[in-house]
Amino acid sequence: MEITMRNIAKSPWLIHYDGSSCNGCDIEVLACLTPVYDVERFGIINTGNPMHADIFLITGGINSQNESVVKQIYDQMPEPKVVVAVGACACTGGVFRDCYNIKGGADTVIPVDIYVPGCAARPESIIDGVVKAVGLFQKKYEDRENAKKNKSEVEA
Amino acid sequence: METLITLLICLPFAMAAVIVLIPQEKKKLTGRTVQLFGVIVMALALYTAISWYSGRVTLYFDLPATALLNNIILAGDIFLMVLIIYLSIKYHKAIISVLSIVQTVMVAWCELFGPEVKATEHIEIDWLTIIMFLIIGIVGVLIGIYAVGYMEGYHHHHIMFKDRRNYFFAIIFVFYGAMFGLVASANLIWMDFFWETTSVCSFLLIGYTRTEEAINNSFRALWMNLLGGLGIAIAIMYCVIAEGTVSLRIITENAMGSSGAILIPIAMLAFAALTKSAQMPFSEWLLGAMVAPTPSSALLHSATMVKAGVYLLIRISVAMHGNYVGEMVYLVGGFTFLTTALLAITVSDGKKVLAYSTISNLGLITACAGMGSEETVWAAVFLILFHAVSKSMLFQCVGAIENTTGSRNIEDMEGLAVRLPKLASILLIGIAGMYLAPFGMLISKWAALKAFVDAGNSLLVLFIVFGSGATMFYWTKWMAKILGGRHKEVRDVTQKNEYISMFIHAAILLVLCLTFPIISNVVMVPLMADMFMNTNAVISEGNTIIMIIMIGAIFIVPLVSYIATRDIGGRKVPAYMSGINVGDNENFVDSFGNAKEMHVANWYMDEIFGEPKLLRPSVIGGIIIVIVFLSMLLGGAVK
Amino acid sequence: MVLFIVIAPFLGGLLHGIDRKITARMQGRKGPSVLQAFYDVIKLFEKQMLYVDKMQNLLLLSYLFFIIFTGALFFAGVDMLLCFFALSTAEMFFILAATVTHSPFTYIGSQRELMQMMAYEPMILLTAVGFYQATGSFKAIDIIQESSSPIILMPGFFIGFVFILAIKFRKSPFDISTSHHAHQELVKGVTTEMTGTRYAWVEIAEWYEEVFLLAIVALFIINSHMWSWFLAAAVIVLVYFLEILIDNTCARVKWDLMLKSTWIVSLVAGGLNLLILEIIN
Repeated sequence: MEITMRNIAKSPWLIHYDGSSCNGCDIEVLACLTPVYDVERFGIINTGNPMHADIFLITGGINSQNESVVKQIYDQMPEPKVVVAVGACACTGGVFRDCYNIKGGADTVIPVDIYVPGCAARPESIIDGVVKAVGLFQKKYEDRENAKKNKSEVEA
Repeated sequence: METLITLLICLPFAMAAVIVLIPQEKKKLTGRTVQLFGVIVMALALYTAISWYSGRVTLYFDLPATALLNNIILAGDIFLMVLIIYLSIKYHKAIISVLSIVQTVMVAWCELFGPEVKATEHIEIDWLTIIMFLIIGIVGVLIGIYAVGYMEGYHHHHIMFKDRRNYFFAIIFVFYGAMFGLVASANLIWMDFFWETTSVCSFLLIGYTRTEEAINNSFRALWMNLLGGLGIAIAIMYCVIAEGTVSLRIITENAMGSSGAILIPIAMLAFAALTKSAQMPFSEWLLGAMVAPTPSSALLHSATMVKAGVYLLIRISVAMHGNYVGEMVYLVGGFTFLTTALLAITVSDGKKVLAYSTISNLGLITACAGMGSEETVWAAVFLILFHAVSKSMLFQCVGAIENTTGSRNIEDMEGLAVRLPKLASILLIGIAGMYLAPFGMLISKWAALKAFVDAGNSLLVLFIVFGSGATMFYWTKWMAKILGGRHKEVRDVTQKNEYISMFIHAAILLVLCLTFPIISNVVMVPLMADMFMNTNAVISEGNTIIMIIMIGAIFIVPLVSYIATRDIGGRKVPAYMSGINVGDNENFVDSFGNAKEMHVANWYMDEIFGEPKLLRPSVIGGIIIVIVFLSMLLGGAVK
Repeated sequence: MVLFIVIAPFLGGLLHGIDRKITARMQGRKGPSVLQAFYDVIKLFEKQMLYVDKMQNLLLLSYLFFIIFTGALFFAGVDMLLCFFALSTAEMFFILAATVTHSPFTYIGSQRELMQMMAYEPMILLTAVGFYQATGSFKAIDIIQESSSPIILMPGFFIGFVFILAIKFRKSPFDISTSHHAHQELVKGVTTEMTGTRYAWVEIAEWYEEVFLLAIVALFIINSHMWSWFLAAAVIVLVYFLEILIDNTCARVKWDLMLKSTWIVSLVAGGLNLLILEIIN
């Protein structure tokens, strides 16, 4: 059974969440949406709703209060999905890593696919990371479709 | 036929007497008796309708014992007056009895000492009468049957009120008799008697619980209705003295097209109808009547008694066409339609919403009758039909919900579809029937809109389009609430007979919607021919077919969609609450880490155009319209 | 009519794409491809299905069906009022689909959506009435046979109708229940809990609806002469461009300003026009 592969990478929608960031990375993320950097030309829309989103952009570290929140938002995203940790704090906890209140980077609670370092991460890096995420998005989709195809072939 | 009509009118009175005599403790016996009597009345009404249908001509005749009945009615008038005097003195509202005294004296004087009137027949049976018979006999009786089960639950919940349900049922039967008499009367004096009887029935039923609020509201209803009765009395006096007849038909025919003093009785009759149908400025009594147990709200204050007012308006509509009376009536109607629709948005008590909606729809019917053209009357009769069925069903449903859950507030009806599916589905059908295309009310509203446009009445068109928007708001809001998502378990204590009544209603509603074109051809067209010497389908063949398709679609599409989407799997996720959903979609995690309940409520906008803001100005607006037009009329008559 | 059912989604999607492109250019940036709307829907179809409440599925599918039904009725030449009533039925399904999830954002969104409906309903009905007054018929088939464009007799209605188009197209300043931009506003309002395929249905339904509404705009212009069709196309383009312009220049308003302004415009523009037509007739 042939499954047509669609090019869903043409429409990656992202949701941006601030874990405990100082907002430095957040400002840079939003800057990407402005006319200067304009990520909408890739079809990217910033939707505030995880249920519509494909790419999860997370900034800031994870603490005990936002741990469950991040998990819930991640759960509320439909497959296929990609997680991008933006900024040092989201990657590893940054300078706050050893603080008693910070558990670590985003990967302590959800699987992260792309790490964008920087403090604050530059828009160019962020866009670079997002573009990679879009490519990964397509790949994950294709993997999933192939898995479905294989499964139905096995059943047949 | 004469015996049938006599039976139809007198039998319920006798039945009422029997019911009252049953001892209070024998509840089961009372219940069975009421149901049995109800079925008899219904059968009688149906039989009358069918036997008339075979001939299908408008009948004018006198009942066998007319002279005797004349005297009984006069005695009845006096009895009512005495009753009112007694009760108003007992409750320290003696001034109200003045209204009753004045009008009874006027009518009695006319009968006993007034000039000779031309002898005319006392009974008129035509299509409109039969439709009303069927509404009273089927919808009305079903409510009576429903009341048996309802009162059982009601007194179970409200132990503080004295259980006088025999008295309650008895009055309902008196009411049936009075309504049958009202719609069959061709003689104004007879009609006045039955009219007053319904007023008194309403008064007694509203005050059933005898709380202070109930007593106040019942007296308010009484004086407003008595004011209307005074209007009829003035009309009768004028007719006896100046026209020499008390036949409704003759008066209407004489007044058709003229503009002189003959319009005074028409105006007075219209005025009476406005009070009975709770149009602005007389709407407050209907709102207050909601304190009564639900069967009375369903029977009197939505399906039947208030229809008596618009029934009268339709009877005199040809006489109101194109003159000041008609203008007053349709302005009041349109204005009421809009303002009460807006007010309905702002209340959350289910019965109050239904009350406002009733007044609103009555406003539409009033406006149609006031225009007095063939198209508008067609729409008016259809509106009456559909509204009676839908509204009665809705009231019954809300009553049953109140008995089961203890609340009739819409905010507490969250997720009813899951908790009480049977009641919820009836409620949904009822609400859909009230405003959704392609159900009956929508069709009638559409016809009314078209008729207003054809008649060139921009103001009414504006009233109707703005009111439509408001109407959509409050109904959809309610529907949305029912379909919510709560999962609290409630035991359904609704009695079987209540369900029987409600399901029959739902079935009737659906059948009516589907057979709408048939009804139009078979019933409406002859009626219009009778009234206007003209027949013209307001809604064309093609459109009616599309509407039937739509009705089918409304049911089939969700069903098919359900089947199509049933197997769409997927992962269940909690609702989006910015990530702090506790998981059950009902609570979120607050800043202390505890679960806090999340409550979603409907939008009421009470501060903007709620009762405090809008009710007073609407009443004043209504008063202004009525006074201005009555004055213009008087001036024209005196000239 | 069949043409409508088949072509309208493509037209609608294209319109959306053009909208985003022009918006982007107005903002001095490059913007997505004009086919972007289609890419979005394709992606949505491929996403995993999540649901909060299963009932939403059937309600949304019903919504989609009734929107298509509305347009189909219109192009088949059925009475316009009936089409508008069908449209409100469709909207009702949409609102019910939103509230059935008992989620706070959708609830607020649906109440606002109801408010929007109350705001534009009078004008929509008045437009149909206006056509009837001006041309003597409610049916599109008859109206396009008129020898002169209805708009000459119905300028007020035209203004009113274009005014409320902003609400229908979900453009600021009237996009209070769900919006295409600034998605952080009450998250996505009405459409918050709609994912994947379901959201794709909503998008497609929006395309159908927009084509239907623009067709009504065209109806103002079209008459029995051939050239009027071209003029109508030009007017549609102009009106759409106007909507985009308004969207980019006006800030979102609060509901009471929306209600007041729409009702006043409906009353004045529609009401006066109605009165005048009545006097003429």
